[in-house]
Amino acid sequence: MGTLQLEVVTPDKTVISAEAEMVVCPGVEGEFGVLSQHVSLLSALKTGPLRCRISDRDEYLFISGGFADVNSNVMTVLAESAERAADIDTARAQAARDRAEKRLAAHDDAVDAARAESALTRAVNRLRIAGLR
Amino acid sequence: MPSLKDVKTKIVGVGKTKQITRAMNMVASAKLRGAQARIERFRPYAAKYRQVLAELAGKAEGNAHPLLVEHEEKKSCAIVMVTSDRGLCGSFNGNIITRALGLAREKTSAGMSVSFACIGRKGRDAARKAGYSMLTSYADRMGSIDFALATSVAAEAIQGYEALAFDEVWLVYGEFVSMGHQPPRALCLLPLKTPEVGETPQGSGEARCEYVYEPREEKLLAELLPRYVRVQIYSGLLDTSASEHAARMAAMDNATRNCNELINSLTLLYNKTRQASITSELIDIVGGAEALNG
Repeated sequence: MGTLQLEVVTPDKTVISAEAEMVVCPGVEGEFGVLSQHVSLLSALKTGPLRCRISDRDEYLFISGGFADVNSNVMTVLAESAERAADIDTARAQAARDRAEKRLAAHDDAVDAARAESALTRAVNRLRIAGLR
Repeated sequence: MPSLKDVKTKIVGVGKTKQITRAMNMVASAKLRGAQARIERFRPYAAKYRQVLAELAGKAEGNAHPLLVEHEEKKSCAIVMVTSDRGLCGSFNGNIITRALGLAREKTSAGMSVSFACIGRKGRDAARKAGYSMLTSYADRMGSIDFALATSVAAEAIQGYEALAFDEVWLVYGEFVSMGHQPPRALCLLPLKTPEVGETPQGSGEARCEYVYEPREEKLLAELLPRYVRVQIYSGLLDTSASEHAARMAAMDNATRNCNELINSLTLLYNKTRQASITSELIDIVGGAEALNG
């Protein structure tokens, strides 16, 4: 099977740069898979897991605030944060989840519900992906 | 003639100053390496962003997004000024502040009210002293800049622009061109000007036509444009931070050199004074002996 070049880039570093056989992304309109020779595509991504198969091993990444660009067999994922499953700080994610849940449960007008909600989504996803490694 | 002891004290004092300036030079050069590495790591992200956005903006209709639309009536302007928190870096902060205040005057004379958002203590103090209204200011953050800081600055600018509180938003920062050159630069953040397709290094005409967009172009643009503002602010922060360290290195290098010069001329003075006093003592002694021999 052919491969495609996968690059996962955040503002602070390049997280992955490798030849992948398959990449599965959390697109805003549903999950989609990208194989070699995919048509040119630009898609916004949700907060969630990105699965990539690199030399017959599945690897999971946490992605948030990103989009994917596929062009001439190169796939670039630009994300505000991206972490390999093994690099996720579970203690921090747990603390973030508890904090966000508490904020949401408080039903306080001073609490920015949308912000707390997205913080919760991020934390829950981080924990889920950390469990997949 | 100054006394020998005075000159000696001065030489020791200048020597101590020299130690400090030399140490600051070395600290700045170490920090500069770190800041430059961050710019290097950020560059692929920013370049890709510009490329994608240029392609996308070419596709979507001209006035598709509120951030792209120029307000018809221009009444207020926000200036985001990025400076360092500390001084001792030559004219670096002064240049940025002059540029920002010049821009503010220009906007005021065009009939707009100007308010400042400042990152960095030096800029905040200057804007406050000049009497401009202050939005949010972030002092003591230049040592620990991250994307979250850029995000919160961008959020304020975007909210203000969409709520018609600002009709223009500018970013003033110190661009990092090279070790010896860090000019202040003013950049119009909002209304957003999308990069031209020609600016991007790669991408041939035909490959672009077959793109699949998900969701469709306008929605995707609405997702990406606010993030592009963050990218621009973040790159301004990184540039300013690297420029600050480069400017400080140059300033401290100069200071160390000046100290050396001062020590040389003071040592010369010391030796001259010493010689003069020996000579005058000898004259006294010889004169006394002559008188005794009489």
